[in-house]
Amino acid sequence: MERTLTNYIRALRTAGAGVSTTEAIDAARALELVGYQDRGLLKMSLAAVLAKSQEEEVLHDRLFDLYFSYAETKPPRQNQHQNEDQEDSDSASDGSETDSEGQESNGQPSNGQKQPGSGQGGGSGQDKSGEAGEDAPLDLLELAQSGDATRMAMAMAKAGARADVDQIRFATQVPYFVRRMLEELGAEKLDKQLMDALDERTEEGTARAEALIEARSTLMRNARAYVEARFEVFGRSASEAFMNEVMMDRALGALTKSDMERMKPIIAKMAKKLAAKHARRRKVRNRGQLDLRRTLRANAGNDGVPFDVIWKTKRKDKPKIVTICDVSGSVARYVRFLLLVLYALREKVTDLETFCFSSHLVDVNHDLESLPFDAAMDKILREVGNGSTDYGRAFTDLSRQYDSTIDKRTTVLILGDGRNNNGDPAMGIFQDIAAKAKRVIWLCPEHPASWGSGDSALLQYKPFCSSLTHCSTVADLEHALDDVLLAYG
Amino acid sequence: MTHTGLEFAGFESADTVSARLASVGYISTASISTAVYLAHHLRKPILIEGPAGVGKTDLARSLAQSMEFPLLRMQCYEGLDESKALYEWKYGKQLLYTQILKEKIHHLIGDADGLDESFKKLAGFQDLFFSREFLEPRPLLKAMEQAGGSVLLIDEIDKSDEEFEALLLEVLSDYQVTVPEIGTIEAIVPPLVILTSNNTRELGDALKRRCLHLHIDFPNADLEARIVRSRVPDISERLLAQLVAFIQLVRDENIRKLPSISETIDWAKTLLLLHADSLDPVMVRNTLNVILKRQTDIAEVNSQVDQLVRKVLTEQAESA
Repeated sequence: MERTLTNYIRALRTAGAGVSTTEAIDAARALELVGYQDRGLLKMSLAAVLAKSQEEEVLHDRLFDLYFSYAETKPPRQNQHQNEDQEDSDSASDGSETDSEGQESNGQPSNGQKQPGSGQGGGSGQDKSGEAGEDAPLDLLELAQSGDATRMAMAMAKAGARADVDQIRFATQVPYFVRRMLEELGAEKLDKQLMDALDERTEEGTARAEALIEARSTLMRNARAYVEARFEVFGRSASEAFMNEVMMDRALGALTKSDMERMKPIIAKMAKKLAAKHARRRKVRNRGQLDLRRTLRANAGNDGVPFDVIWKTKRKDKPKIVTICDVSGSVARYVRFLLLVLYALREKVTDLETFCFSSHLVDVNHDLESLPFDAAMDKILREVGNGSTDYGRAFTDLSRQYDSTIDKRTTVLILGDGRNNNGDPAMGIFQDIAAKAKRVIWLCPEHPASWGSGDSALLQYKPFCSSLTHCSTVADLEHALDDVLLAYG
Repeated sequence: MTHTGLEFAGFESADTVSARLASVGYISTASISTAVYLAHHLRKPILIEGPAGVGKTDLARSLAQSMEFPLLRMQCYEGLDESKALYEWKYGKQLLYTQILKEKIHHLIGDADGLDESFKKLAGFQDLFFSREFLEPRPLLKAMEQAGGSVLLIDEIDKSDEEFEALLLEVLSDYQVTVPEIGTIEAIVPPLVILTSNNTRELGDALKRRCLHLHIDFPNADLEARIVRSRVPDISERLLAQLVAFIQLVRDENIRKLPSISETIDWAKTLLLLHADSLDPVMVRNTLNVILKRQTDIAEVNSQVDQLVRKVLTEQAESA
């Protein structure tokens, strides 16, 4: 298959799109069909074949422009080749070992003509064996001075491939790869010449040195531009994926405002993953109840003698979640994340009721449903978050006013630190709620070491909770919600 | 382009697809035509995703019409199984034949001596009950049996169970159906398969991998105007531009169920019936229920009708 295409598919994979081998083969067939002539058509064709979701389509859109814009800046293959022949014969004259390599690159023209526009692939395939490291530094000087963009791009592509620039993952690696590229270009000799020229201490020497410095910075600029372009294609998404992984394990309390924005897509992705995982509603065999209709039908071929017996099946319940969030200062930040995930999961949950409290319990469903998420959160924190925390009051309110929301299908999800300001924890009422609900899951942002210390009533509540977990990162949150949904099988 | 009476000979390019579709009144975009073109040549199904009412199902219908192929449609729903999708045995007929066989059994084995010989004679009839004669083809199998080619529409695949997806894999990748009692039935001519999904659940990777992916979104103003013009030819250009601009604005509002193209067309027809030649807030208010289907959405937009209509009118005046 074509190198340009395989490289592109590799770029897509590093960016996080799962391209399978079958899809790669389809892409090659599609490419054969539509060719490189019509860029828009090619882009749409590859989108249809390679991108299997809207997210992947966005990725493809971005990468295609980056990747093929670079390939396109190349002039037609034939011209390049002439240049190369020139260079090859130049270098062949100063070394005998280049002979075989010269031949290899003679094999290129047919290849090049067959695939117009595939300059990049051809280029990188060639330079592995291509020019020897014997590039004369004079060439470099001449190259930099000539202002010939075509030859410069060629030289950069070759040096880039030799320096493995495509392996770049982080923006911080750019200077390293620029240095590697300059090495591959043979800039050391240029440096040496520069030193020699300076050593001459003549006017002519100084002039030559200036020209050399100028040439070196031109090369450097070009190399940097090349590395940065490759980073956009191969590195950016990889380093973003890494950053996201780091974020998953960072304490939510320590996140800055800019981190919050970054978290949103991560959370959306996580919610999608959770939803997909739990979308499969398993059927439960309910042995003992015969499905007469399907049994008769299945056994009609046996003259109605029921060899294959089919039982009625029933589906398990969809989750029903009642969330109670402490929105007083210390916990408010975590609430934002929990609710963000929960609301992203809405579709999977038949009933999602959310209550927030500090001094008394407030039903916030309406706000969350009618307003955009951020606006709703701000409103809730403004209206509910000012009192002093009273868990006892919250549970009393819940059982008095919203008694009907809790039944044996309900999971009660409590997010809070249990710091009750030494008020009455209303244990009896909490016990009733716990007995009525399917499960009570308490998520506490505080470290287990400080549970029960000071005014924390957490350990008093603990015996009645199905689980009490420390929850301070997005990863913790994911585990907790996974656990909640798992109970509904 | 006229094609009536012409045999369908294949799509030479994506533009041919657009032209063919246009000839039956479907305004296609470049990405739709490209996907169809590729599907036709790579022999791959197309999985179309997108919001309700953007013409996913209509694409299949128009394709069938433009290629003059029969359209076999399978509507997916929860609990759909192979007996509704692939094939079913005509058990009534089987029963009837068993009865006949019972009565005639003496004639058949009358002259046979002993049990062994009778068995041998009967063995020949056993397969009779599980042969093509007794097979009731359902849409998928029917599509395999079309000698002249066909368009197979598997509508709202996301509504079906995950088990059903697995059932489809054989049909989608190899264009064949395996009936254990008979063997593998291969498609005479592979059908052009179109699957649609509203994305109510994530589809399996195996299914997605076997399909080309096409996302159809709400059209931009220009395309929407062309679509409405082709469906409601009597509408004046002035009103058309206004109503399309209005719909585009409404789609940006904070509402649950966005108006689809079919609703735009309905609205255009409604306004035409009311002899409107320009949008005015009162008429828009009275007909909002044509484009919006939720009470909360109607309330939301209702409060902003004046503003939106003014915006549409000033923009049109500026561009004129």
